[in-house]
Amino acid sequence: MTARDLSRHTAGELAAAVASGEVSAVEVTQAHLDRIGAVDGGVHAYLHVDADAALAAAADVDARRAAGAELGPLAGVPLALKDVITTSDMPTTAGSRILEGWRPPYDATIVQRLRDAGVIILGKTNMDEFAMGSSTENSAFGPTHNPWDLSRIPGGSGGGSAAALASFQAPLAIGTDTGGSIRQPAAVTGTVGVKPTYGGVSRYGLIACASSLDQAGPCARTVQDAALLHEVIAGHDALDSTSIDRPVPDVAGAARQGAEGDLSGLRVGVVSELGGEGYQAGVEARFHETVELLGKLGADVVEVSCPHFSYGLAAYYLILPSEVSSNLARFDAMRYGLRVGDDGTRSAEDVMNATRGTGFGAEAKRRIILGTYALSSGYYDAYYGQAQKVRTLISRDFAAAFEQVDVLVSPTTPTTAFPLGERVDDPLAMYKNDLCTIPSNLAGNASASFPCGLADEDGLPVGLHVMAPVMADERVYRVGAAVEQAYVTQWGGYLLDQAPEVEERQ
Amino acid sequence: MSSISRDEVAHLARLARLELEPDELDHLAGQLDQIIGAVGQVSQVAADDIPPTSHALPITNVFRDDVRRPCLSSEAALSGAPEAEEGRFRVPQILGEEQ
Repeated sequence: MTARDLSRHTAGELAAAVASGEVSAVEVTQAHLDRIGAVDGGVHAYLHVDADAALAAAADVDARRAAGAELGPLAGVPLALKDVITTSDMPTTAGSRILEGWRPPYDATIVQRLRDAGVIILGKTNMDEFAMGSSTENSAFGPTHNPWDLSRIPGGSGGGSAAALASFQAPLAIGTDTGGSIRQPAAVTGTVGVKPTYGGVSRYGLIACASSLDQAGPCARTVQDAALLHEVIAGHDALDSTSIDRPVPDVAGAARQGAEGDLSGLRVGVVSELGGEGYQAGVEARFHETVELLGKLGADVVEVSCPHFSYGLAAYYLILPSEVSSNLARFDAMRYGLRVGDDGTRSAEDVMNATRGTGFGAEAKRRIILGTYALSSGYYDAYYGQAQKVRTLISRDFAAAFEQVDVLVSPTTPTTAFPLGERVDDPLAMYKNDLCTIPSNLAGNASASFPCGLADEDGLPVGLHVMAPVMADERVYRVGAAVEQAYVTQWGGYLLDQAPEVEERQ
Repeated sequence: MSSISRDEVAHLARLARLELEPDELDHLAGQLDQIIGAVGQVSQVAADDIPPTSHALPITNVFRDDVRRPCLSSEAALSGAPEAEEGRFRVPQILGEEQ
């Protein structure tokens, strides 16, 4: 394995090579640090890279191996961590000026589990401020660029994690998904992103955007790698009161089964409402081909109507800002983070006002005001209350659909990656990126995006969106692995093998 | 559905403890009006007899055994404080002269 090779391998292959002694975890980590040094100047996937900590963690894995300790299935594999998850040894900013330079006093449960598994955390990835956005342009620290075309968005909010994968700066990444922030970036970068069932992965140490919707999950270049990472981070955590106390679905087993290419007996529903007007032709073409492929692999494909999905976007943009306006109240300039204007004469309230006005970016402000409005007396019933009822109806649409089919499918997002700057001051256009992904957040079920080809008109990646019932996460992996295996055979490699080489720029 | 005025945005910003510049108020008032117009379509759904959902999955109280366990030290808790003094968070004055 050469250094360039090391950054091209799957996580599973790297772990096997470390376990067998073919390469050391330090060599694998150094190869990725070198790759970051070579290409991240142009991509800007990372906000912070900690080479010393990563190499020390890798050396520890090598030492444990040398001592004969049994290593986990991802030991020695590097990972890029979204900067919304607390790390005791690295800054955690959530993409916001208000947390610039903040070092949390504790590790998130996810981080603890990654460390225990011997996964090497390379650094923290860029994101839209407090995970609010679909392009990373709402980051206070500048946007991330899509490795397929550096003038385009990498999706968001987890654009940094997705771009790190797509530019081979890490084989694994962690994302968080409140309305599509794992799946939409995966779709537009040609990578794999899974939003587990709500409560499947601990939220302890995940800086809250909208607590009833937020869910962390695995991002990777292959379905099997995502499954292996899912098994490391998932499972009950007493520190999160919404964590599900049930066994983790056998997602790695399902991915292996899916890769055998037989979907006989699987019932697939195409959601009627998620397509048509507003969907790019190349996205629809690749989606429909993939639906045909599912049929060829043995699945029974039918069309299913989920009539209330059309109101999902509207309900989401009332529920989310309402929760955001409450969650972001904790940034009060008193206990951590930014404080401005404390000149000895101004009151705590003045300092708080000034700090929040300075520390939050435009989208955070927009959503705080919108949420404050939706929750104010006189409007509560018409907006927040009504949105919560629509949320019930969307869950019922899912329940009815899952009586007829095992999984639902749609495109992940209506268009391919658009140019940076195009929608940055047009919130409604930006929000429409989440049209297909939002229903799963509202209902809490498992869903994922998998690469399904390139749009004819722009040569950019398209994602297949697969939705499964609560705690049936293994179904999305089975479908994703079957599609991946068929396309790898057809294309002679992964979709990312067709990506242009990212220009080296320090 | 009602529209949202610049004064109303200023009022909401005060409630949210969020200092906005005059140009931000102008810009946000226009955008929020648009957004609220769009999200207001939830009112088209007939849902009078539908119960609201606050959480995707049913949640119940979670208890743990009433035993001591380690927690953050005061040094760790204060490590990110904008200012600390004598092992406590130092904050700007809370009450004005007249109070």
